[in-house]
Amino acid sequence: MEFLYASEVLLNGLMAGVMYSLVALGFVLIYKASGIFNYAQGVMALFAAMTLVGIMEGRVPFAHLINAAFGVHLSSFGWTVPGLLAILLTALIMVGLAIAIEKLVLKHLVGQEPIILFMATIGLAWFLEGLGDVMWGADVKVLDVGLPQGISETVETMTDGLFGYGFFIDRLDIWATVIAAVLVAALVGFSQYTKQGRAMRAVADDHQAALSVGISLQFIWIMVWSIAGFVALVAGIMWGTKSGVQFSLSLIALKALPVLMLGGFTSIPGAIVGGLIIGMGEKLFEYFVGPAVGGATENWFAYVLALLFLVFRPQGLFGERIIERV
Amino acid sequence: MFYREAGDFKTSYRDDGQTFPIKLDRWGYYAILAVAFLVVPLVIDSYWANAVLVPFLIYAIAALGLNILTGYAGQVSLGTGGFMAVGAYAVYKLMVAFPGVPIVVHIILAGAITAVVGMLFGLPSLRIKGFYLAVATLAAQFFLVWLFNKVPWFYNYSASGQINAPERTILGWAVTGPATSASAKYLICLCFAVGLAWMARNLTRGSVGRKWMAIRDMDIAAEIIGVNPLTAKLSAFAVSSFFVGIAGALLFSVYLGAAEASEAFGINKSFLVLFMIIIGGLGSIFGSFAGAAFLVLLPVLLKNVLVAQFGWPTDLAAHIELMIVGALIVFFLIVEPHGLARLWALTKEKLRLWPFPH
Repeated sequence: MEFLYASEVLLNGLMAGVMYSLVALGFVLIYKASGIFNYAQGVMALFAAMTLVGIMEGRVPFAHLINAAFGVHLSSFGWTVPGLLAILLTALIMVGLAIAIEKLVLKHLVGQEPIILFMATIGLAWFLEGLGDVMWGADVKVLDVGLPQGISETVETMTDGLFGYGFFIDRLDIWATVIAAVLVAALVGFSQYTKQGRAMRAVADDHQAALSVGISLQFIWIMVWSIAGFVALVAGIMWGTKSGVQFSLSLIALKALPVLMLGGFTSIPGAIVGGLIIGMGEKLFEYFVGPAVGGATENWFAYVLALLFLVFRPQGLFGERIIERV
Repeated sequence: MFYREAGDFKTSYRDDGQTFPIKLDRWGYYAILAVAFLVVPLVIDSYWANAVLVPFLIYAIAALGLNILTGYAGQVSLGTGGFMAVGAYAVYKLMVAFPGVPIVVHIILAGAITAVVGMLFGLPSLRIKGFYLAVATLAAQFFLVWLFNKVPWFYNYSASGQINAPERTILGWAVTGPATSASAKYLICLCFAVGLAWMARNLTRGSVGRKWMAIRDMDIAAEIIGVNPLTAKLSAFAVSSFFVGIAGALLFSVYLGAAEASEAFGINKSFLVLFMIIIGGLGSIFGSFAGAAFLVLLPVLLKNVLVAQFGWPTDLAAHIELMIVGALIVFFLIVEPHGLARLWALTKEKLRLWPFPH
């Protein structure tokens, strides 16, 4: 019984890990293509989810600001938009955001040190967070695009029949796993078998060589940031459906960092495996050790695990070997 | 016209190596110190102390500390909030355990304790570099805050989980506790800020500072020319954490009076101090003060303009403040990666040639 319960915890941890992987994927994409460590990925997920809710509920953007500035009382257009259309519109907005970021920020920072670019994305994260709040309000929003939620009875009855103990698994987690798998397959397919994907890998390999064979860096960067925006949207939908669209959503970016450190910044499979290890590890640690030390170990376990791991393998599990020269 | 080295003759190496080689700068510096120590304490009221000057001085100390680590030694840290919490809880435990010892000793000891903790979390920097290290320091941030929330010994088993600063005096003047006057708060912070800035300046221009900068510029090359990366990196972590710990101790005991770890020393504190040194200028003492002044004044200013002038709700003002700070950071990185300190240096350079720039 104890073992079965532990394995249920393990399974749930794996599912949570898939959610972390979804966020980590966006990081890896941008890092591979442009060498930028995009801290704003989590806020992009939050922003995408906020925009999605805003569009679906027909809210007036900047209503709060307009009301305060002109003394009117706007709140919504009075229509609702179906989920699929709203997702498409949000994806378009994320593409627009990618173009704006490229034109206004990245273009001016070409050739700067990675740490400067990292700090720029932190600034970007603050800006986007403020923008999201000003545009759509800071209240906790409910996101429902029609994904199934709640405990899956099929799994429960099936496992009950097999082991005499029903596993409690959220249907949303199962869907997240499926969607993540599809997303990864699509991304791998895109980067391996299409012209743009090849160009993206060429840019990741060597910026200058890619430029010299006629690949437009600008276009590739816009494309990569758009894809990262789309991945952020998917992550935002999943997390938003699970726990509501609110500020804490942007903190999952911080959770994705140890995932990346475990898996290595440059590897898509690494992001997946890292996410699974972290998700599994923190749930099991909380289950076995948490009660002894007062609980809430999930806040720091991932970071400490990643820290200890990095001391032995600085480039992560699947990262490229770091070679240093003077 | 007046802003010249010309005519200011130096007859010893000591004179030649001074921090302010230009006479006008030197007099300006003494004038600012005199005003800060003699005039401001007489005219300060509690609004100016609590909203502007005391937080400015405390954050300037924290920014100095982080600047030593990030700006001079090149090790990015996102654990500042956690280290400030160490300073705060250390000074609390010391104040409660040894009521007879002067508070200044407690604050310095709290800094020393933070230095030890900082060295411990600095150990991975020997293996990990760049933003891998930045992420690793997040471990310090989250673990330390969790520790102070979960282990009741740290907050002396108080029911609220908060720590409260008991009243302590220096020469009969209360400096902590509710009865503290605005000028006492201001003066103790000012003494620490000036003393630590003096220490930072002299450390960074000596051999220790040159070792840090060599490590920052390229650690492998530095190792080859004989800089020991172990001592250089760990000393940077220790000195930096010492400063940050003192800032945390002052923030809790003098400024806030009561604190709760996750609220007062969360991840946002780490980012705030990091932004201060980016905007102020990496690797500059003046920049630490300028950045702290900028980010302390900006919210006060925005609040006064947006809330008091336009009558906008405070939450909207807070969100717009986020946008402005974020945009400013990107702007500064694009226009001037060396921050306000570089702008100031350029102005001084122009002034030195004025009115005949060619």
